[in-house]
Amino acid sequence: MATQHSRSAARIMMAPAVILLLGWMLVPLLMTLWFSFKKYLPLRGGDLGWVGFDNYVRFISSSSFWPSVQATLIIVGGVLAITIIFGVLLAILLNQPMWGQGVVRILVIAPFFVMPTVSALVWKNMFMDPVNGLFAHLWKFFGAEPISWLSEASLQSIILIVSWQWLPFATLILLTAIQSLDSEQLEAAEMDGASPLSRFGHITLPHLSRAITVVLLIQTIFLLSIFAEIFVTTQGAFGTKTLTYLIYQRVLESQNVGLGSAGGVYAIILANIVAIFLMRIVGKNLDA
Amino acid sequence: MGQIKLESVTKSFGPVEVIPPLDLTIEDGEFTVFVGPSGCGKSTLLRLIAGLEDITSGKISIDGQDATHVPPAKRGLAMVFQSYALYPHMSVRKNIAFPMKMAGVPVDEQNRRIESAAAALNLTDYLDRRPGQLSGGQRQRVAIGRAIVREPGAFLFDEPLSNLDAALRVGMRLEISELHKRLKTTMIYVTHDQVEAMTMADKIVVLQAGVIEQVGSPLELYRAPRNVFVAGFIGSPKMNLLTGPEAAKHNAHTIGTRPEHIAISQTEGTWSGTIGVSEHLGSDTFFHVKCDAFEDPLTVRAGGEVALKYGDKVFLTPDLTQLHRFDAQGLRIA
Repeated sequence: MATQHSRSAARIMMAPAVILLLGWMLVPLLMTLWFSFKKYLPLRGGDLGWVGFDNYVRFISSSSFWPSVQATLIIVGGVLAITIIFGVLLAILLNQPMWGQGVVRILVIAPFFVMPTVSALVWKNMFMDPVNGLFAHLWKFFGAEPISWLSEASLQSIILIVSWQWLPFATLILLTAIQSLDSEQLEAAEMDGASPLSRFGHITLPHLSRAITVVLLIQTIFLLSIFAEIFVTTQGAFGTKTLTYLIYQRVLESQNVGLGSAGGVYAIILANIVAIFLMRIVGKNLDA
Repeated sequence: MGQIKLESVTKSFGPVEVIPPLDLTIEDGEFTVFVGPSGCGKSTLLRLIAGLEDITSGKISIDGQDATHVPPAKRGLAMVFQSYALYPHMSVRKNIAFPMKMAGVPVDEQNRRIESAAAALNLTDYLDRRPGQLSGGQRQRVAIGRAIVREPGAFLFDEPLSNLDAALRVGMRLEISELHKRLKTTMIYVTHDQVEAMTMADKIVVLQAGVIEQVGSPLELYRAPRNVFVAGFIGSPKMNLLTGPEAAKHNAHTIGTRPEHIAISQTEGTWSGTIGVSEHLGSDTFFHVKCDAFEDPLTVRAGGEVALKYGDKVFLTPDLTQLHRFDAQGLRIA
């Protein structure tokens, strides 16, 4: 982009994309802000005028607000821990030469292609159902009382379902990272007297740190907004009501658009707090 | 300290036998170079000695102790890799300290050894840098430093200079030679460059397709190559190997004469020919002479100031005392 002419040509050509993206982002954001200051009940009188910060106060003082923040953080944290720990282990396993490597890799990645709604339904009806589920049969086989997973261990069940979906993603990114590890480094460490465990700790894990950071950031963004898994399993009952689900309930079940919009603004703030924390903790891994 | 003995060692990758039964003894304190064309099994042999590959059959002993099934770390050998294999997330100091940390050497002793290795290798100013911030030669020295501090029974070098530019390579060659003179530790050095082999080795092992073609000091190999392969491989530029009626005159299938053992004259000589390309190196000039008696051009060394040019008619006379004769199997005729 050397000349004045090519610079302005570039600007004109980029403009449609930039305007579209801005509109896509700004219009919903501004409408959310707009509604959050209104008492707006579509089925009970429609737009009932401005109410100031009333919606914000009501949303945060509701008894379900803090539990929902807690549930969100537990789910996000639990899924991140499981996917990263097992992702690293699976990546190491899949990196070993073995028969049928290509097929196994595709199979491992497969859960990522299943739609969240479908996978949650499959888990709910085929695995976790207390009467017909596979887990129930397994428990009964060993003479134990089947657990009704989604009501007795609801948060753990949701974490399990979501982890199953996101594990392939983490494994895939970590596998590509592990493949770029110079095998001579591992051999050098072996000659230097490092045991397999300290080779993992001193060579493999530091090599993976950047990939782990990427997985952490991308998954956090998506996990903060999980919805389908909760919608088709517990409907927000048994302490699985996340912030996203709470907002959905306020807008669609209570038909209170203003209150829901205020919750949306809180969700944006929460996402940003989490993002800033993450960037602080792991962001330095992305330099260098 | 560092005598290494291989007894009928073999290595197969699946059905492919890369090293047929091989016997070799490397004496304590010796600088041994494995040299051969790429794919000749010299790196595999080094990795077998290091323990990074399992041998298929045979026996490896180090200092008289059977080391065939001893894990790499317990063999008391240190290796410098072609890619240096430095740990990129650790500083130079931590890189050098790593083997000692793994061996549980006390911190005071670690620091003492790091300081002395850094001083010996001119790395003192770089101890707190990361490998990524160093030049190729410095990285090479860190890799050597990491090997030195272990105070191993023998050093193994796997083509350590092949990633350096020509000038640095000559410098590092000298440094490694000096290191050997100072430490007097056994060193095994793998290279495909016969110049490195000739300049550094006490003993050269010439390999081809996993088979040892000849073992000897650089000058033994230069003076009396055991077969055509060694004759063609050792020496730069390579020996002229000639077949046909001219060889038959000397009762041989192939005769070999080195470029430095041929006299060039404009008036008289054994073979007549025409000068092709000439390479002027200043101190020497190498002429490629197309002779009527042979299909391939001969390489001839002459002084740096010889006034001959492309297309000149010349006569060549080989020094008959330095003529190498080989039979139809390529073996030397004494």
